[in-house]
Amino acid sequence: MKLKLKIWRQLNANTPGKLVDYQLEGVEEDMSFLEMLDYLNEKLILSDERPVEFDHDCREGICGTCGLFINGRAHGPLAGTSTCQLHMRSFSDGDTIYIEPFRGGAFKVTRDLKIDRSAFDRIIMAGGFISTPVGDAPEANAIPITHDEAESAFDSAACIGCGACVATCKNGSAALFTSAKITHLAKLPQGKAEAQQRALGMIAQMDAEGFGHCSNTKACQVECPQEISVTNIDRMNWEFNKAKVLK
Amino acid sequence: MNTTLARKNLMALTGLFLCLFLVVHLVGNLQLLLPPEKAAVQFNLYSKFMTSNFFIKVISYLLYASIVLHAVYALVITVKNRQAACGGYAYDRRGTASPWYSRYMGILGTVILLFLVVHMKDFWFEYKFGSLPLDREGNKDLFSIVVESFGQLWYLGFYTVAFIALGYHLLHGVHSAFKTLGIYPRKLSNFLYYSGIGLTLILTVGFIVIPIFVFFKYHMP
Repeated sequence: MKLKLKIWRQLNANTPGKLVDYQLEGVEEDMSFLEMLDYLNEKLILSDERPVEFDHDCREGICGTCGLFINGRAHGPLAGTSTCQLHMRSFSDGDTIYIEPFRGGAFKVTRDLKIDRSAFDRIIMAGGFISTPVGDAPEANAIPITHDEAESAFDSAACIGCGACVATCKNGSAALFTSAKITHLAKLPQGKAEAQQRALGMIAQMDAEGFGHCSNTKACQVECPQEISVTNIDRMNWEFNKAKVLK
Repeated sequence: MNTTLARKNLMALTGLFLCLFLVVHLVGNLQLLLPPEKAAVQFNLYSKFMTSNFFIKVISYLLYASIVLHAVYALVITVKNRQAACGGYAYDRRGTASPWYSRYMGILGTVILLFLVVHMKDFWFEYKFGSLPLDREGNKDLFSIVVESFGQLWYLGFYTVAFIALGYHLLHGVHSAFKTLGIYPRKLSNFLYYSGIGLTLILTVGFIVIPIFVFFKYHMP
């Protein structure tokens, strides 16, 4: 497989970047997208060029570290797939592939395709936890909630914090990420006690980081690799309004 | 108003209030469909009631405030969103993930605002400050002004375009407002979504049909 790559190269946060063209031959369709970049980097290193830097960790779709804007879409063309789970069989010989970093909100490009997503960590630190030590996982039947509620909380908890929602939002809004974290804990008995201060704290931090407003276009749920539902945002808004009224 | 959610709440509440107003406005306009003799008297009487009743006056001030707040905060939110969006991408296909009208609420809103300026100038301003002839009951004859206005094809076209913009604005706006307020429980989500579409259809078709009806009834031989 022979590809033409247009990759965003940027030395650091303070210098402007630009798309640079690369021709890459010998790509196999069984390579993952990140392996294709590894393969490119090997060639760049051998020819004494600076390799393309990108975020990655588990490479099995559960850590949320990798995240590239591929051909105009977050995590590329497939639905419900993170960048590391995208394979070159989704592309054809002779294709041109645009590879850009996620942009929007508080995300800043630190180098090439790497971005600073620490704003998400600070949102979690503003309330995305339960203060009381609750010990190990309790015996499932001892938790006073139904199976459906537990599953629904888990659906929200499945968010891996990759930032595709922000990257794809026309407003650079982090509503889907923040709402998934708020909803996950609001649905569980352990999380209910702090639900109000959690909602207010995390939303205040989300705003302080400079993320935009949610317009309910629902593009985020379409591009989310974990298919987190926008109904989480409805729940966040409900929790916020409830907290404001009851405060 | 210092959080993103509070600003969106304001947009949702003012938007829903304006929707409620549109329903009342449409019901009032239906009087234009009555037989000519009856329509004139009835419509002019109704106009007098709407401009002189104390409670309606109070609500009308709420309405003006809603329009201004909805427009001003739309601008504030758009500017802040632009800053948060950080430019964009060299190759951008994000549009495939959402319906176009949900992304162009600002443009659709601007068309509606433009329409409002013309609409208020031609009818509201004329009624309040212009010198209108009186009908045989002694009421200001707004009916004749309305009928005369809709005799011009460009005016009819302008109204139709504005109402199509309104239709798309509401198609996203109504259910989005409920989502923003957080009043969107799973059991009611289908009901709210489809009643939003239903309300949009009724308002859009209703507002488009009345000027066209007037044109054919009073201006075609």
